[in-house]
Amino acid sequence: MIQAISILLENKPGALMRVTGLLSARGYNIESLTVARTLDPTLSRMTIAVDVEPHLRRQVIKQMNKLINVLQAVDLTDGPAVAREMVLLRVRAAMESRTAILKEAEIFGARVVDSSLEGFAIEATGDAEKMNEFIDVMSSYGEIEVTRSGLVAVSLEAKKLRLSPPIPAGVEAGRTQPKDRNGVLNA
Amino acid sequence: MSNLMSGSRMLLECLSREGVDLMFGYPGGVTLPFYDCLFDHPIKHILVRHEENAAFAAEGYARATGKVGVCCATSGPGATNLVTGLVDAMMDSIPIVAITGQVTSKLIGSDAFQEADTFGITRSCTKHNFLVKSVNDLPQIVHEAFYIAATGRPGPVLIDIPKDVFQGQGHYTPVHSIHLPGYKLVTEGHSGQIRRAAQMMWEAQRPLIYAGGGIIAAGASDELREIAETLDAPTVCTLMGLGALSSSHPNFISMPGMHGSYAANMSLTHSDLLIALGVRFDDRVTGRLAAFAPHAKVIHVDIDPAEIGKNRAPDLPIVGDAKKVLPKLLKSLQELQPTMQETNSPSRRAWWKQVRDWKEQHPLAPVFSADEIKPQHLMSEIDRLSGGEAIVTSDVGQHQMWAAQFIRFHHPRLWINSGGLGSMGFGMPSAIGAQFARPDKLVFSIVGDGGFQMAVPELGTIATHSLPIKIIVMNNGYLGMVRQWQTLFYNNRLCSVELECFPDAELLARAYGFKGRTIDKPSELTSALQEAIREPGPYLLNVKVSPYENVYPMVPAGGAINEMVLDNPQPVAVPAK
Repeated sequence: MIQAISILLENKPGALMRVTGLLSARGYNIESLTVARTLDPTLSRMTIAVDVEPHLRRQVIKQMNKLINVLQAVDLTDGPAVAREMVLLRVRAAMESRTAILKEAEIFGARVVDSSLEGFAIEATGDAEKMNEFIDVMSSYGEIEVTRSGLVAVSLEAKKLRLSPPIPAGVEAGRTQPKDRNGVLNA
Repeated sequence: MSNLMSGSRMLLECLSREGVDLMFGYPGGVTLPFYDCLFDHPIKHILVRHEENAAFAAEGYARATGKVGVCCATSGPGATNLVTGLVDAMMDSIPIVAITGQVTSKLIGSDAFQEADTFGITRSCTKHNFLVKSVNDLPQIVHEAFYIAATGRPGPVLIDIPKDVFQGQGHYTPVHSIHLPGYKLVTEGHSGQIRRAAQMMWEAQRPLIYAGGGIIAAGASDELREIAETLDAPTVCTLMGLGALSSSHPNFISMPGMHGSYAANMSLTHSDLLIALGVRFDDRVTGRLAAFAPHAKVIHVDIDPAEIGKNRAPDLPIVGDAKKVLPKLLKSLQELQPTMQETNSPSRRAWWKQVRDWKEQHPLAPVFSADEIKPQHLMSEIDRLSGGEAIVTSDVGQHQMWAAQFIRFHHPRLWINSGGLGSMGFGMPSAIGAQFARPDKLVFSIVGDGGFQMAVPELGTIATHSLPIKIIVMNNGYLGMVRQWQTLFYNNRLCSVELECFPDAELLARAYGFKGRTIDKPSELTSALQEAIREPGPYLLNVKVSPYENVYPMVPAGGAINEMVLDNPQPVAVPAK
């Protein structure tokens, strides 16, 4: 089944690679992935749709949370959430079908973003199923070219973000004391 | 307070602050500035003969002490040679920090000489990795790397440093705090869960403690022993957990799994409560997962939340550091002891009797022969001479399994082997790290004739530093474990497993300037081992053992662990010549 995961991650080099690499290393298939900066420019928000067996869903989240650059990974499939997708498509339309295409676009709440003699460029948003229908309908009018954004989702309930506080550095700060950690040294 | 210094100098400052006194490495073009600084620095650098062995030696150091091991390699081939060691440390949760050189920042991405995408290549081989972009970031990154490597579930961390960062000048200010907001550590353990666990432990009729490498990593052996004694439960230790409970402790059963003992595997199968401490339900322990411990409820204590429910869904999970959870668990057990100790005592006594019966029915007993040295004989003799006090390192394969079966370990951090990854060539370099870490200890490096030949260059390192490592080659002339599988599961069609040429051990050792010897008679075994131990320097003992011995008990791949093959199928398979 498709699982939607929302990830808040530090905007650091290689952070995206860590997430995608982990998914492929653990054998999960990525259906779609979107990522962009948040209000805080040091952080990015990522929405991933993965195809995963239901019993592995929690494991995926746990593995994500192990990544040091990931501040929070949430399974949106668990709770109330809104998920949308955007479609940008170009349809070649003969003069006689142009009105019909515009009507159809209106039904789907889509907007024409470019119009030329060859046809239209149209943008639409909605859930994935509605977008599939929209694409089907448009393709019946002629040759189309489609770009989909992939899933973008937001949880409808606030989830508390737990962050680790700063800790002192260096051995002298009395942090990872090998001698405390292990009973045999200097035994 | 700050002062101007080069990146190389900063790195050494940070390493010193982390308590590093020793590192293993191999220099190269882009790490020249660093080695120039190292020239008159108190940190000792051990030149190994191959970068892979630098990582293995750092692991040996870390496994023997619990401290973070450090290794260093140059860009390109140096870094790619580290990869096996990094994955090995990842699989066995060993804290090491690897420092690699990288080509000058401006050249990155240009296919420069000795350039490799180390950051990309090692992403999946490390707990975390860093590419240093500016000399000013270096101190922060080094301290973060050590913190990540040593805390939580330990693991390898790599720092890739371009040549211009080594050379660049920056104002060094000692780092006083690390902030990794996304590094989520859960160490304490849920107190309610811990109390419920104690309750379940007293209520069980056939409890079994299943302890692993997590106990050793946490340094919680004493706590484990006290829990085993308070509950008086039989205890099995995994391959990674050998020594967590002394092998001579009356509650210790032995190792479970594919080549585990009959008693350990039967106990797992019949237990009604598994107290799983710092283990990950590895496939080599569980066999066919669906048939593993079918009657047992499971209490699973682990520091890594992702291990909970990964392979076996626990009835009671506790996420936390064993060093913090076990004392609380012990306290809860003691609080309940007066009221609950007698709850199931008749069935507990019957359970102990059953476990002891299994032990007696099929003990792990060495095999002897008058005319050839049996590998089991070799291991039991090493066991007798080491008395559970020596450090023993091994590769992977038959010798590793026999060593794990027959050699006792009275303390943690004595048994050093490549468990999860199963890397050949691990035994000798890890012995180097262990011997440097514990100069007072007798170190046996037990290797097969295959693994020995993968690590042969390190004889040079051993000789250079006169490390008194006793290299024991269990020489059966075959890649023994692969040969065993070909014999048992591939109609004895032995393909590419015979190692026909093996160097004369005496000549080889003499070529490096130390003593060596080859033996093949059982009567020579004890005196040869004693001679090796008496020798103040290194010793290479090549022991020719019977070539067709198989490791038993054995759970065939995909089998349930109570479906053990206990002995050779009859008639005994002999290879077609």
